[in-house]
Amino acid sequence: MIALGATDTLSFRRWLALSLAGLMAFFGIWWITAASGAVPPQFLPTPLAVFERFVALTQSPFVGYTLQQHLASSFGRFALGFGLAAAIGVPLGLLMGWFRWLDAVVTPLFDALRFIAPIAWVPFAALWFGTGIGGPVLIIFSGAFPPCVINAYRGAKYVEPRLIEAAQTLGASHLRMIVEVLLPASVPSIVAGLRISAGLGWQSLVGAELIVASSGIGYLLVKGQSNISTAIVMSGMIAIGIVGFTIDALLRMLERRINRRRGR
Amino acid sequence: MNPKGRPEGESAAKRAARRIVKLSRPSTWAGVATFVVLFAAWYVLTTLTQTIGSGRFPSPGETWEAFEQIALTGYADARLVAHVLHSVKLVLLGFAAATLVGVPLGLAMGASRSVEAFVNPAFLLIRPIPPLAWIPLAIVWLGLGDAAKVLIIWFAAFVPAVINSYSGVRTIEPYLIEAARMLGVPRRLFVREVLIPGALPMIFTGLRLSLQACWTTLVAGELIGAIAGLGHVLYQASLDIFPAMIVVGMAAVAITAAVMTIALGVVERRAMPWRSTR
Repeated sequence: MIALGATDTLSFRRWLALSLAGLMAFFGIWWITAASGAVPPQFLPTPLAVFERFVALTQSPFVGYTLQQHLASSFGRFALGFGLAAAIGVPLGLLMGWFRWLDAVVTPLFDALRFIAPIAWVPFAALWFGTGIGGPVLIIFSGAFPPCVINAYRGAKYVEPRLIEAAQTLGASHLRMIVEVLLPASVPSIVAGLRISAGLGWQSLVGAELIVASSGIGYLLVKGQSNISTAIVMSGMIAIGIVGFTIDALLRMLERRINRRRGR
Repeated sequence: MNPKGRPEGESAAKRAARRIVKLSRPSTWAGVATFVVLFAAWYVLTTLTQTIGSGRFPSPGETWEAFEQIALTGYADARLVAHVLHSVKLVLLGFAAATLVGVPLGLAMGASRSVEAFVNPAFLLIRPIPPLAWIPLAIVWLGLGDAAKVLIIWFAAFVPAVINSYSGVRTIEPYLIEAARMLGVPRRLFVREVLIPGALPMIFTGLRLSLQACWTTLVAGELIGAIAGLGHVLYQASLDIFPAMIVVGMAAVAITAAVMTIALGVVERRAMPWRSTR
């Protein structure tokens, strides 16, 4: 029944019952398909088997490291690539928002490069920086960079003109204008950009590690794939999901705190 | 106003004049100048001074030769056109399948709290897993062929299609829904005349996002293992340490993505003629 609008509210009990039913259907279908033996367990293990493998991976090393160590090396690469993207992208965006000539020079270039999928940098990343840490970092950087630039630029462009005029009347230099007027005014937009950029960076990291890496969570997935062990692959996917979710939740918290402090 | 946002009945001469005004804007020239300077720098550094060796980055001449090779005689078992068509075909297949399942599911979740409560928990569990992480699973299940690629693209497009159709329904003005209900509009008509048109702007936002995700995912999938397609070209070129072909492959990836985005924009304008664009 289509019932929209204010009158359409579920009682909490009905909501809970339906949600539980949904979860049970999801895991039930999975469990029955796996347990019935219609699909070999190598290809579709039961949810319990995946959970057991997940726990086992955190205790005994697989392809050299435990799950936590793989995650730690992935996270190190992510932090480096994301940090570089933010450290270069945000100032560049602000400068583009202030100096028109820079905007005119960089924007067409940026638009041309933006269409290259981050993952397409893989061959050059491997050729220039190798498969240790440099290669994956370049790919994360190319995924995380555009949202940093775009949001800082937009933030700087939509600063209230009277703030800029006031600062100009008081004789602010270019540097002070950018650091003391544009930057504080565009913080919400920048943080929103960082959140998008972290999501894309984490995705690009996974892609990069699937192809060019010799450790990390993506590498664990590839090795699980070549051993034809769906349980390992699924454990890795779950770990990726949890870390990605946590990164997003932390940045969302930061975003909310900043917006609250600014009275929004 | 017509969809292009120009006044009606504008003469051809005026339109041409407008275009010239646009061309003579300083920003356009700065953009052109950037590309000219970059191209010159590329030529000087790789060909004249050879500061950058051809093992690191190719010269314009080498890149052109690589382009001629793949366009005319072929590289990695096929010509450029065949690779592009192969990749585009897979993206469109997966994209269409995800849209056909995802949009109705999102609409149903938006229209009914019960459907939402039932589907949401499972959906929330799957959502944080990036599409690229499905690649190894798809390869275990379906091997290196086209079926695995379509499955991965399906996953990439499915989540944004559902989320945006859902929020599209939720952003329909309540008075439209109440008016339709007061007039006793039958359900089928309600879906066709209120629900879908109301959610369409958000649906297209979702489709645009998911098309990009599809393309990235496919290139990654083909890089990991494929027998044809642009990702396969990139993979082969990096095995052969053939930087010129890598550049050609990357350019082909970018141009194809741009063309598909523009095509979707055209479809969007056709599907929502009542909306004047920007």
